[in-house]
Amino acid sequence: MQWEIVIGLEVHTQLSTNTKIFSGASTAFGAEPNTQADAVSIALPGVLPVLNKGAVERAIKFGLATGAHISKRSVFARKNYFYPDLPKGYQISQFDLPVVGQGALTIQVEPLVGNAQPYEKTVRITRAHLEEDAGKSVHGNSQGVTGIDLNRAGTPLLEIVSEPDMSSAAEAVAYAKTLHSLVRWIGICDGNMQEGSFRCDVNVSVRKPGEPLGTRREIKNLNSFKFMHQAIDYEVQWQIDTIENGGKIQQATVLFNPETGETRSMRSKEDAHDYRYFPDPDLLPLEISTEWIDQVRQTIPELPQAKINRYVNELGLSTYDASILTASVETAVFFETVLTAVPTDPKVGANWIIGEVNAQLNRDGLEMSQCPISAHQLGGMLKRISDGTISNSGAKEVFRTLWSEGGDADAIIAAKGLKQVSDVAAIESLVADIISANAEKVAEYRSGKDKLFGFFVGLAMKASKGKANPAQLNDILKKKLDG
Amino acid sequence: MIQSSLTQMGAALRAKKISSVELTQNYLDRISTLNPALNAYITLNPEVSLEQARAADVRLAAGKTDALTGIPIAQKDIFCAKGWRTTCGSKMLHNFVSPYDAHVISQFNSAGAINLGKTNMDEFAMGSSNETSYYGTVKNPWDTARVPGGSSGGTAAAVAARLCAAATGTDTGGSIRQPAALCGISGLKPTYGVVSRYGMIAFASSLDQAGPMARSAEDLALLLNTMAGFDERDSTSLQRDKEDYARDLVKPLNGLRIGLPKEFFAEGLGSDVAQTVETSIGEYKKLGATIVDISLPNTKLSIPVYYVLAPAEASSNLSRFDGVRYGYRAPEYTDLADMYEKSRAQGFGAEVKRRIMIGTYVLSHGYYDAYYLQAQKIRRLIAQDFVEAFKQCDVIMGPTSPSTAFKLGEKGDDPVQMYLSDIYTIAVNLAGLPGMSIPCGFGANNMPVGLQIIGNYFDEARMLNVAHQFQLATDWHTRAPKL
Repeated sequence: MQWEIVIGLEVHTQLSTNTKIFSGASTAFGAEPNTQADAVSIALPGVLPVLNKGAVERAIKFGLATGAHISKRSVFARKNYFYPDLPKGYQISQFDLPVVGQGALTIQVEPLVGNAQPYEKTVRITRAHLEEDAGKSVHGNSQGVTGIDLNRAGTPLLEIVSEPDMSSAAEAVAYAKTLHSLVRWIGICDGNMQEGSFRCDVNVSVRKPGEPLGTRREIKNLNSFKFMHQAIDYEVQWQIDTIENGGKIQQATVLFNPETGETRSMRSKEDAHDYRYFPDPDLLPLEISTEWIDQVRQTIPELPQAKINRYVNELGLSTYDASILTASVETAVFFETVLTAVPTDPKVGANWIIGEVNAQLNRDGLEMSQCPISAHQLGGMLKRISDGTISNSGAKEVFRTLWSEGGDADAIIAAKGLKQVSDVAAIESLVADIISANAEKVAEYRSGKDKLFGFFVGLAMKASKGKANPAQLNDILKKKLDG
Repeated sequence: MIQSSLTQMGAALRAKKISSVELTQNYLDRISTLNPALNAYITLNPEVSLEQARAADVRLAAGKTDALTGIPIAQKDIFCAKGWRTTCGSKMLHNFVSPYDAHVISQFNSAGAINLGKTNMDEFAMGSSNETSYYGTVKNPWDTARVPGGSSGGTAAAVAARLCAAATGTDTGGSIRQPAALCGISGLKPTYGVVSRYGMIAFASSLDQAGPMARSAEDLALLLNTMAGFDERDSTSLQRDKEDYARDLVKPLNGLRIGLPKEFFAEGLGSDVAQTVETSIGEYKKLGATIVDISLPNTKLSIPVYYVLAPAEASSNLSRFDGVRYGYRAPEYTDLADMYEKSRAQGFGAEVKRRIMIGTYVLSHGYYDAYYLQAQKIRRLIAQDFVEAFKQCDVIMGPTSPSTAFKLGEKGDDPVQMYLSDIYTIAVNLAGLPGMSIPCGFGANNMPVGLQIIGNYFDEARMLNVAHQFQLATDWHTRAPKL
């Protein structure tokens, strides 16, 4: 029996402001507990929130980048519940009037099953709203008591809510990755998932095609794409098994345990809070002028989707290659810098980045931002491939040296004698020597044994110590043998 | 000296006829003698007050003075003052020593005024008789068997008994005006947003406003000059040019149009109060004012609207008092939920709990629209009534409270009867308008009667002018209780 999977995401992105959303306390990660908790973060009696304009600007930026409606007037609301890490007893969030309305994000999905081809999909974004983060409960210290660290309390978050438009773990992960790339791209979030700067809640339900939506369960707080994939796969199978065994899905919040690979119910709908939302009387409605929106628009760099279109249409790259090159702002910047060295040959740059560079980064467990070779260094090497100074195999050696020792391509080529022989006379004399020394084989070739051509190439390459320009060598050899 | 106006006191200090230390000591001595019977103060800190007085004397000697330099001012215990215990009249904050100054406190500190002590008040400003204070009932200096009004009852009693030169109050539904009326002093609640709420412990954020309480309108003007002004730490603080509230005090009242709302002179108003207020209106006619009959048809709804909105905001504002970070924590508890429940059950008094429960109820899912939203709509209608009224008149007058000070314990068992004592004051808070009360005679049992003056938005200077001219023509404001 065929099942249809329905997935929607709620992503909490921590906005990259230096100070908190409603106070001047620092948001830097990793400080000693409660050293970044000012009077507002602690919620002392009498303190009041003052909105950080930088957080609003980042929300506007996100809205513009996803083609969303920016609300001219939005309202902060209080979400009331008791928890020790929530110092005011309410979280300031946005409820019925969020700052960012409907938008959309185009994603490239790379299915993992079978030989399915990558495809493009547009996921609708329902809304994005500003809110403050809570603090942290620190369990099990030496005295066996729970401590409260309010450093994170009041850190600005943009909660981005998608429509339930995704129908596989691969799509959900592609959406999350694209979103992750976008928020870093436009500089509103550092994207550090380990530090909790980008946290995903995934709503999953299953249904038979054509039937109404099934009951959903929400997988909370996923902070890695790998876990997200595993969690969705597990959850989907669990829901299908449950229904097929005659059970019913109960609405619930679940947690994913990376050690067991399972999801486990944390609380059911019956335990759901009544948050008693109401407009926060300490904050005026947030008014955003057209001028402000226009100012923010000026600060948005060319977006990934626009780059993809440009790479495809103007540079002749494939959509797939273009989407890989725009997977992060660092990669795109790297590619475009390389391109300045070899402007006439975008493909060589694309191939090297997607191939060797990415492979090495993966092998060494590095991000593009930590790449040991700069775009200028790579560009310098590609220039020499392009002008025929080095062969591809020579280039690989240059690349390895650049990676491990650094330096400059030209210096490496000179030091290692990798410059290929492109002198026609030199190659002709070398070819002539081989032909005269191998008369028998030449005769065989000339009588129709075409396969021997490779044998001659090999001899010639060996004679040139690998430095002969392969294309030239082929041409000359063919001419002489056929001569 | 303790009977002098603030202007006279300031002049005497600057002329070195008396030092701030002497003046402060005079008040402290008087407090030692009289406060035990009145219970107007919760916390005194004589050493800190005298230290401030010594600093003020240095400043006076240097000639770097402000109108209030060296003058002892009492602060309602709702304002956080650095190093001072700040209880808000509650057991919940019995041990809370504020690490910071409220805006109002820092304004007085920069002016060189002396913080003489923290005055008693209804718990979290919820009450109209000062009987809900954890620190015991304040007695009305005119008759210690009677209430001083509330919630700024300690301040009103202290000013009336000359236990301070002047003092601060806060007014959410009449908490400055009603105790001022019941204790025979002058009090002003400014337009919402004129005085910063930063550091003033919140009861109902959209209604709370701090203001001065003193023996005359002239004194109120000086105090308001110090208290008012934009503060970026309060998002509802209004960005306006600094003004001198004393500038119009001496203007004659020829042509002043006084609106008398028929709703303020209807059933429920004590005949003694009605008669005294009408006599005062007669005085205004002599001063050149004309009377306009007006109607505020929706003000009859102000008590039900207020008792939806104020508790709603309070239920959320008071969530921070959870025993986790500061304030009262139950000595014994079994787990987190138990700690919350016991700490709040033991830390809050009955009236506070009643309002938290009402507020929680009206914000609950399924009731929000019927109560909270409906109340907000009516709030707008009430405000609109005033807009219409001010097209016909310059100020509105009427009784501040339907009766003179009632007996201690008289209304304690009946919250609705208690709520009705604010029937003429609440609409002003709902509309955000400025309102004041000045003494205008004596009613039954020789207890003071207050005349309420309501002005248009930002019309404080005119209201003070209207009050001052009355006080030039009458001597009610100079009458002092015999102690």
